[in-house]
Amino acid sequence: MNDSQKTILMGNEAIVKGAMAAGVQFVACYPGTPSSEIGILFSQIATNNDRLYFEFSTNEKLAMEAVVGASFSGLRCLAAMKSFGVNVALDSLLPFVYTGSKGPAVIVVADDPSCHSSAQSEENSRGFGQLAHIPILEPSNAQECFDFTCLAFEISEKFNIPVMVRITTRVAHQRGIVEFKVQSSKYKVSEGEFVKDKNRFVTMPPRVLEMHQELLDKIGKIREFATQSEINKIYREDPSVNSNAGIITSGVSFLHTMEALEMAGLDIPVLKLGFFYPLPEQKIRDFIRPLEKVLIVEELDPYLEKEVAAIAKDENCRLKIFGKNILPEVGELNPALIAKAAAELAGVSGYEAPEPPELSSVKHVARFCTVPACPYWRVFAAVKKAIPENKAVFGGDIGCYMLGAGPPHNLYDFLFSMGSGIGIAHGISKAAGGRQKPVAFIGDGTFFHAGLPALLNAVYNKSNILLVILDNRITAMTGHQPNPGMGKTGEGESSPEVKIENIVLALGVKPENMKVVDPVDDFEGTVKALQEFYQKNEVSVIVARRICALLEKRAKR
Amino acid sequence: MDKTFNIVICGVGGQGLVTLLNVLARAAFIEGYDVKTSELHGLSQRGGSVEAYVRFGRRVWSPIISKGTADLVIALEEQEALNGARFAGKKSVILINRFQTPTLSGDASFEQIRQELTKVSEKVFFVGASEICQKELGVEVVSGIYLLGYALHNNYLPLKKENVIEAIKKTMPEKFWELNIKALELAKQSTK
Repeated sequence: MNDSQKTILMGNEAIVKGAMAAGVQFVACYPGTPSSEIGILFSQIATNNDRLYFEFSTNEKLAMEAVVGASFSGLRCLAAMKSFGVNVALDSLLPFVYTGSKGPAVIVVADDPSCHSSAQSEENSRGFGQLAHIPILEPSNAQECFDFTCLAFEISEKFNIPVMVRITTRVAHQRGIVEFKVQSSKYKVSEGEFVKDKNRFVTMPPRVLEMHQELLDKIGKIREFATQSEINKIYREDPSVNSNAGIITSGVSFLHTMEALEMAGLDIPVLKLGFFYPLPEQKIRDFIRPLEKVLIVEELDPYLEKEVAAIAKDENCRLKIFGKNILPEVGELNPALIAKAAAELAGVSGYEAPEPPELSSVKHVARFCTVPACPYWRVFAAVKKAIPENKAVFGGDIGCYMLGAGPPHNLYDFLFSMGSGIGIAHGISKAAGGRQKPVAFIGDGTFFHAGLPALLNAVYNKSNILLVILDNRITAMTGHQPNPGMGKTGEGESSPEVKIENIVLALGVKPENMKVVDPVDDFEGTVKALQEFYQKNEVSVIVARRICALLEKRAKR
Repeated sequence: MDKTFNIVICGVGGQGLVTLLNVLARAAFIEGYDVKTSELHGLSQRGGSVEAYVRFGRRVWSPIISKGTADLVIALEEQEALNGARFAGKKSVILINRFQTPTLSGDASFEQIRQELTKVSEKVFFVGASEICQKELGVEVVSGIYLLGYALHNNYLPLKKENVIEAIKKTMPEKFWELNIKALELAKQSTK
């Protein structure tokens, strides 16, 4: 079957279609907004399908490693995660770029400028290009999500290197018209076979240094490929107009730039880069050579601006470079901001963006579900009742229970990254010599993701923390993905349920310091357990187990 | 239509903004327009303030709408209209569902909202969508589609009704078609 279709797709949906068109056989994801729909869609496709293996891995590093293994076994692979996920996976991503892939491997990474659905940092995954030497493509719209994913597989196959497709919230959750081909995969998952090749897959020194050189040589070749590639393209080029100004941009910033130039009625040529790493250097040279000034439009850090400045040094040393001096480095960009900057670049006065009316600002604060009522309401009510708030130190973590940071709870004293609540609570416990009592909260999914080594460390190093594990039987925040605690795989098959209390005991928590409670059916018992455990001078764990109310409602339907 | 048509949908996470966005985008696509939309997902949307954008026209570049350039603002919650109105100008139509849910951070009264919005545009309409849908159809979740119908019947939305109905069928499971089409038609009765 080879049908061309045209429809409206979300960026994330188009990535899945692109991977399917490229014959992907093996996909591993860890959910994280704005990348979460990718895993959900693959999970649906892989159910009862012998041509696609899919898993929700326990964390991003494991997703990456599953993909490394499958790629080494010759399969066509994809991993997807949000920005912070790459930090977790990085330890295995770096050597993977050294060894290179065997079966093509594509890593989809979704950043979230403006932190619409992220805590912790406004991470810019473009930095991994320089750090890991991984080729990075940046689609701007849904059509490019499809096209660039196909191209990423092609590049990976041609050069035996994993390729990153980097998107942002406004690409992942952008819908637009996509023309694509539906193809049923020619491949079966069971085709994979690991063929021994120690020279290729073992990164021990001194071989690893040779690999480093081979990687740099590969990047040189990919740079040539990038320069030839049509995904780096000049728009609004009018040979009859001798423009002394130009704009270089990529990703969603390109769309905002085109919009901005129409808004401001400016004729400035725009070089759109599909490749972010390695950059098509020759194309940039040719573009800036005749210019007097150039504006670099990019969100967050001025990575591209610095590269262009370096190229301009020997290509056009009088080029005036505009970028972060007139555009913000924090938060996402928008057409109005860019229109103003472009007008400044062109030296045009008189352009005024429409001024929004002055209105009172209202903000609905995100909250736990009310219909049906989330069991976390009861957990936090019990905590407030049982533990003196001014004395204890409360540590949050990543999941729905992050909302405990906001009104009406306003509970957490610190909140960081996945699994970090336990580790930081332990540090506080040690620093205060046991005089302060840290209480850390973690959900079931996050506990499986990064909580286990943290709890082991706290027990082994004789901490005094109280850990409350909020077990709502699913990874809820990102849209209800299964995890090892609920006895279901990403392909919908049943799998042995892992009991959190068994893990807690195996990590060395004493049986008398561990208790399982139901915060809804036994609210008073939950309060009592919290009061009692708060007095303990050793690591103690309360598992507050109650199914997510949305999940319960769905199961009853 | 030469100019791109900009719709801002605002409300509270869980009110069905994405459903409404999908119907509008699909209807514009069926009508032959280029379409782009933007929406947000995740925790901060759970019961929190949300806004989504739908843009259609001959050629649409950016998925987001610039302040002061919305043609139509649909507020599924009354207080959120104040956020949506930042995208509006004198000529914008602002449709507001007469429904409030507490913000947990200082609420605005109906009278305050009405006064502030009148300063923004001359075409501000408060519509009892939730109440009417609850009364006539037994569910208020279709109030967004009701407001869409209100915009259609009053010619505030340059799309054909048959294409909106087709879009409902393309974007929703069959069991919800009848209810949503009823909500769309119901709005005709409250047309001025």
